[in-house]
Amino acid sequence: MIDTLLLYLFAGSAVTAAALMLVLHHPMRVALALIATMISLAGVYALLGVHVIAVFQVLIYVGAVMVFMVYAIMLLDVREHSYTRRFSRLLVPGVTALAIFLAIVAHGLWRELPPPRGGRAGALFNVVEFSKMFLSDYWLHFELVSVLLISAVVAALAILKVGRRKHG
Amino acid sequence: MLVAVSFALFALGLLGVIVRRNVLVMLMCMELMLNGVNLSLVTFSQQMANAAGAVLVFLVFVVATAEISSAIPIVLLLVRHKHAMDIGAYADLKG
Repeated sequence: MIDTLLLYLFAGSAVTAAALMLVLHHPMRVALALIATMISLAGVYALLGVHVIAVFQVLIYVGAVMVFMVYAIMLLDVREHSYTRRFSRLLVPGVTALAIFLAIVAHGLWRELPPPRGGRAGALFNVVEFSKMFLSDYWLHFELVSVLLISAVVAALAILKVGRRKHG
Repeated sequence: MLVAVSFALFALGLLGVIVRRNVLVMLMCMELMLNGVNLSLVTFSQQMANAAGAVLVFLVFVVATAEISSAIPIVLLLVRHKHAMDIGAYADLKG
């Protein structure tokens, strides 16, 4: 009972914070709203029994990605009119296209979604089982991810080098 | 219910990318879209009692990190070059 209540609470706060992201002015407030969404989603994952992902959601997303983002906002504190005029010219066509997209996907989703099988899959997602499976069945994906990370580091260094050359 | 929430998060993120003007806010809305997809992956993998979805969530985490780590330097350089965070200032990138 209390689990269901908490699940609704976390899901509601995630959607509310995501909606706030669209209307807030300053990027720092948008970043804080996104952090609130991510922490609420971590709560949802924990209630679903997927504790590994809940922990990594907080560690990687809130701890790494959003801290990086907040640093970038502090670094680029340019006061300009994109703070006061929030929306671009695409507001009306964007909302219209989104409404059509929502209608199409909701229509397809409601018709073709398989019924839930029921039963909680808690044992499958505890840390020991999950890491054994991750490093045995999915080892190739693990290695590919490390290659991706190295190439991202090289890409970031290359981008900064281009900028440095341009500015002397 | 959770599929609807993930769908709502994805839709709000997409709307943010389309309608907002600030480049950093657009990047954050992209992160919101990834979060919506993650929630649907976790929900389905929990319903089907299959861990492949959870592994895919990890891959999405890494892709999001890699995306941010190369997108933020690009934004830094663009802002330094144009002195603006408004997406309209980058209209000369149009081919």
